[in-house]
Amino acid sequence: MSVLREALDHQPETKAFWSELAEGRFKLCYCRACERAHWYPRAICPHCASPETEWRAASGQGTIYSYSIARTAAEPFAIAYVTLAEGPTMMTNIVGSDFAEIAIGKPVEIAFGHEAEDGITLPVFRLA
Amino acid sequence: MSINGQAYIVGAYEHPLRKAPDKSLAQLHAEVALGALADAGLSKDDVDGYFCGGDVPGTGPFSMVDYLNLRVRHADSTNIGGASYILHVNHAAQAIAAGKCDVALVTLAGRPRSEGVPKGGLKRTDSPVQPDYAWETPFGMTILNVYAMCAMRHMHEFGTTAEQLAWVKVAASHHAQHNPNAMLRDLVTVDDVLNSTLVADPLHKLDCCIVSDGGGAVVVTRPEIARQLKRPLVKIRGAGEAVKHTAGGAIDLTYSAGRFSGAAAFAEANLTPADVKYASVYDSFTITVIVQLEDLGFCAKGEGGRFVADGNLIAGVGRLPVNTDGGGLCNNHPFNRGGITKIIEAVRQLRGEAHPAVQVANCDIALAHGTGGMLGTRHGGATLIIERE
Repeated sequence: MSVLREALDHQPETKAFWSELAEGRFKLCYCRACERAHWYPRAICPHCASPETEWRAASGQGTIYSYSIARTAAEPFAIAYVTLAEGPTMMTNIVGSDFAEIAIGKPVEIAFGHEAEDGITLPVFRLA
Repeated sequence: MSINGQAYIVGAYEHPLRKAPDKSLAQLHAEVALGALADAGLSKDDVDGYFCGGDVPGTGPFSMVDYLNLRVRHADSTNIGGASYILHVNHAAQAIAAGKCDVALVTLAGRPRSEGVPKGGLKRTDSPVQPDYAWETPFGMTILNVYAMCAMRHMHEFGTTAEQLAWVKVAASHHAQHNPNAMLRDLVTVDDVLNSTLVADPLHKLDCCIVSDGGGAVVVTRPEIARQLKRPLVKIRGAGEAVKHTAGGAIDLTYSAGRFSGAAAFAEANLTPADVKYASVYDSFTITVIVQLEDLGFCAKGEGGRFVADGNLIAGVGRLPVNTDGGGLCNNHPFNRGGITKIIEAVRQLRGEAHPAVQVANCDIALAHGTGGMLGTRHGGATLIIERE
């Protein structure tokens, strides 16, 4: 079993995120009490501590807050923080783009179908 | 309760080795412990408090207290990564002030070079049980690229340049040339840094700290005992600690926990950054120093790049001598944890025992600050302000 699969097995509270993403639906965790979205998803709202959280469809739109190109990796890749249209900023990868095109402030959109180990779909982005 | 004046650092010792294939991890801890106790004029049987981070073998303090055959009535293994040891001095002073121990020993040691731990793109060593694991590790996050994202954002918001980042390394190399034990003793120029391999934009290889074997220890005690010893008196004036994290997605990579730990330490010490003659500032990467100098109040937020440029951190040249031992960038960064060396060089400066080429004149107030963990996700900050009495 991969370490990522093991990590997911430890987190029943976010199981729905991964199954929805694998079906092509990017969901965000919202709090019904304070109506705010948060990242990373959790059962208890980190803003107001309410346990009344729920999954809602997200736009999949955002902008690059920061990034780096990991050039010493066997296959260099772009890691980034993307600020989602809904507010929270999340760590991700920018895929399918020339590294030279990536810049802070550029709009991005979710790129479905990007799988990691064990066939787990990851929430990654591409330049919009 | 304030710790201002309640405890003194009476012993400090840095292991001379930077590669230790023939020593065990426990042995390195013991060697630095005995070195610091000898420096203080104390023995292991005087120790009744032991403080360690995540680098000790085994669970918390157990194995090292056993190995050294100590009898302690207070122990603390709080782990905030490389900043742990600065926090430990704070906790030791609190324990001493509360009467929980009289002589506190803090140790750090490691042998990553001898154990073949890869340098550079170190993977995080955290556990998949952590709630944050699945949201970071699958994207290839390493220590290197997450600090690089902090540098990238700092450049974007404040116009910080690669040349300014390089000046932090240049200053470290100016100091390390005088340290016979430093791992890297060659002088480095801004161009050397910019011409070194680009490893994670915008960071070059020479923007990154070294990884070394070795370690260090300090001894903290109550004022009455400190005054009986024959070493210069180094009084603890103030300390602060904080944890910064991702705040539910409200990411701001431009500041560190040092914003809070520094303010708390200065308030307790009743001092300001202008009072500080020497600063040890954690230098895991060049960007780390710039962000922390801003957060500690040595310059305004966003001014760090301009502050460190043109040799401003070099002893005898600039306004604020920083890391006069050569720091983690050139001298020593045992087990990827530089906190203890930050305290040790600050003690040397206050005692007048730094290398003559880097000794700060009339050095009466010094600061040691560390960031442990990941600057760009979650980390601990610890600040310590000490005074030559």
